[in-house]
Amino acid sequence: MGRYVVRRLLQMIPVFIGATFIIFMMMYSLPGDPIRALWGERAPDEAQMAAMKESLGLDQPILKQYWDYLTGLVQGDFGTQIASRRPVWDVITDALPATVRLTVLAFVITAVVGVSMGLIAGLRAGGKTDRVILFGTLLLISVPVFVIGYLYQTYFGVRWGLVKPNVQDSESWSQLLLPAVVLASVSLAYVARLTRTSIAENKRADYMRTARAKGLSKTRAVRVHLLRNSLIPVITFLGVDLGSLFAGAIVTEGIFNIHGIGQAVYQALNSREGATVVGVVSFIILVYLVVTLIVDLLYAVLDPRIRYA
Amino acid sequence: MRGARSAKWVASAIVVALAATACGGSDDDDSTSDGASDGNSGGGIVRVDGGEPQNPLIPSDTTEAYGGLVMDNIFSKLLEFDENGEIYMLAAESIEPNEDATAWTVTLKSGWTFHDGTDVTAQHYVNAWNWAANIDNNQSSSFWFADIAGYEDVHPEEGSPTGEEMSGLTVVDDLTFEIALSHPVSYYDYKLGYTPFTPLPDSFYDDPEGFGEAPVGNGPYQLDEWNHNTSIKLSTYADYAGDNAPKNDGIEIIAYTGLDAAYQDLISDNLDVIRQVDPKDLPVYEQDLGDRAITQAYNGIQTIVPVSYGDWEGVDPQVLQGISKAIDRDTITQTVLNGSRTPADSFAPPGVLGYQEGADGGIAEYDPEAARDLVEAGGGVPNNEMVLQINGDGGHQEWAEAVCNSIIDALDIECTLDIKPDFDTDLEARAANEVQSFYRGGWLADYPLNANFMSELYHSRASTNYGRFDNPEVDELFEQGDQAASLEETVAAYQDAEQVLWEEMPAIPLWFQNVNGGYSNNVENVAFDTAGMPLLTEVTVK
Repeated sequence: MGRYVVRRLLQMIPVFIGATFIIFMMMYSLPGDPIRALWGERAPDEAQMAAMKESLGLDQPILKQYWDYLTGLVQGDFGTQIASRRPVWDVITDALPATVRLTVLAFVITAVVGVSMGLIAGLRAGGKTDRVILFGTLLLISVPVFVIGYLYQTYFGVRWGLVKPNVQDSESWSQLLLPAVVLASVSLAYVARLTRTSIAENKRADYMRTARAKGLSKTRAVRVHLLRNSLIPVITFLGVDLGSLFAGAIVTEGIFNIHGIGQAVYQALNSREGATVVGVVSFIILVYLVVTLIVDLLYAVLDPRIRYA
Repeated sequence: MRGARSAKWVASAIVVALAATACGGSDDDDSTSDGASDGNSGGGIVRVDGGEPQNPLIPSDTTEAYGGLVMDNIFSKLLEFDENGEIYMLAAESIEPNEDATAWTVTLKSGWTFHDGTDVTAQHYVNAWNWAANIDNNQSSSFWFADIAGYEDVHPEEGSPTGEEMSGLTVVDDLTFEIALSHPVSYYDYKLGYTPFTPLPDSFYDDPEGFGEAPVGNGPYQLDEWNHNTSIKLSTYADYAGDNAPKNDGIEIIAYTGLDAAYQDLISDNLDVIRQVDPKDLPVYEQDLGDRAITQAYNGIQTIVPVSYGDWEGVDPQVLQGISKAIDRDTITQTVLNGSRTPADSFAPPGVLGYQEGADGGIAEYDPEAARDLVEAGGGVPNNEMVLQINGDGGHQEWAEAVCNSIIDALDIECTLDIKPDFDTDLEARAANEVQSFYRGGWLADYPLNANFMSELYHSRASTNYGRFDNPEVDELFEQGDQAASLEETVAAYQDAEQVLWEEMPAIPLWFQNVNGGYSNNVENVAFDTAGMPLLTEVTVK
């Protein structure tokens, strides 16, 4: 088990290097010069442009720039933003808490509500409740996130005044609740449907009949046997979904004025702040890698027959 | 049990992951949100919409609006402008030119202090300007000092600076200094009203980087707190010596990710002053806000600029006049732009000194028949087609399409858009002479004088002249204006030049910009200056 984890952690290194390299090259190939952009409509001062490029190392060949970036990264230096001269690490750590909170909230909502809905529907497969849940989730899946976002904002925020239409403090849990519901909506629907199918399938399995036959109560049979076995595909989905919630928060952050990672990447992309984009994306890659590792390890908890050597 | 052992590993992995992500969070207190949540509990604080400043908060490095809003309030300039583009003194007692406008004497008002309590002296201005002009300090506004004698010593075109100071700046006494220019500029005092010409305290030079995060100015407000990406809090400076002392207790500039988010907060009174209404809310904002809606002109102009190379080389100006007359400015500003712009009748907007009403002589008036005649007389539009280049990230597409359609209707030629993904790419095509026929030009006043809307855009050597317009007569009139000994002569020379511009058409003026702002039920006395910035010192909280 320990060896497995170490091996997985070591595998992250080439994935990480490959991904950062690709993003670095993509940023470089985009049109638009971030230094030139500092002057806006006005024609730039050539001497000054050259001086700035030199001081930021942007006059070097691209591979050298990447190498410098990577060696800096190893020493914990994420680089410096061109326009603001702020360390990229500061930009990331400023934006991170908001996104982490939003993602965690959305994840909890997805997992708790999604699995419960799926369980209820699955146990009553074919019934009225099941149909209502199937229809509701279909609706959520087919409506784009920004539509849901604006609808919730208009009704809960502006019309009924139940909450503030915008998040004013990006790190306040209560203000992040509504955006988190919006962000969770689509994943929640998938989780519910996935759980439902799995439960509906497994509830007729032999082990369930055995469990009931040996005298277990229905709740205990469902909780310990049915749910545990049915959750394996759901956990896989939830794991990947945590990563995409994290990355997909961009739209939700935009609608609700949350100053998180999504906004940071969006702004950095617009102003061609390569170091910031690569820094943030590297971070998201790390999150993905760690989450998939956790998911893989969770299989063993759910099904002891799965072992890691 | 196998499962339990695995669970231990999972738990520790989760702990590691959480530790890695949680370290950045500083969840000390939530006073920000609570104070702002219900109107009046914030005392006399005015909440205004803004965003994250792009650059460090140093006057000579701040060129965009978000940082500019902060700079305008924590620094006081030597002088300011009224709504007609006339100068009035703020930190300066007087600013006087010599006979040929090559040397200017600045006398400061006494009693001014920086927010750290030290006196503001002439030396502080001179030091700040020398620092900002020095190429080693990489300030994006350093070219503003290019008129001063000795600029090339601190900012050479190549290599390292040969000196630390510009020879043109001399301190006479504590409150007086002289600026010697390398050439006459009759309106140099107008330039002095721009942000980089503010003084810096001595503490700045110890740690410019730290200053960029926590600037110390000489203005009506001092910076309390800069929560990156969230808000910037300013409080009134008790010892402020200027006569525009704040009528409120402070300002909170709240960063918004978009104009519509700010608007939602304004109509629910969670925000007090909004500087611009989102285009999608323009049709309703006057209904929503009633007399709290503000529509006011500011010094900006939108044009479309023909290029003088490629297929459009040597096109007869009559063709351009014809295209100008084919654009129905009234209808487009009223419908597509919801009244947020005013049709242009001049190359310089009304709020600048030297604006001439009706300078266009009818060339900016919609008249499809006359338009066809002019185009025909000028030999027709090259290949019967024109392409208008715009940037897709600035909300220009709707009106650009409307302009094209208006031209198609009137002239029966092809008109298409070349949409560049963003402003950077748009500018690169302009700089590389790759515009096909027209590009979208926009200009905001650096200082409210007609010269600013002409010589920087249409002089054959102007670096911003991306259309490559080249006309000796115009150049000469511009130079006459620049070398005139008095402001009146400068203005007059530029007015003459404008008449030639309407004959030569280096650009087709479309409309002047308006501020479409508004304020909440919590505040009163909200007004904007001609640069489109809210006058925050005047705002009172109910």
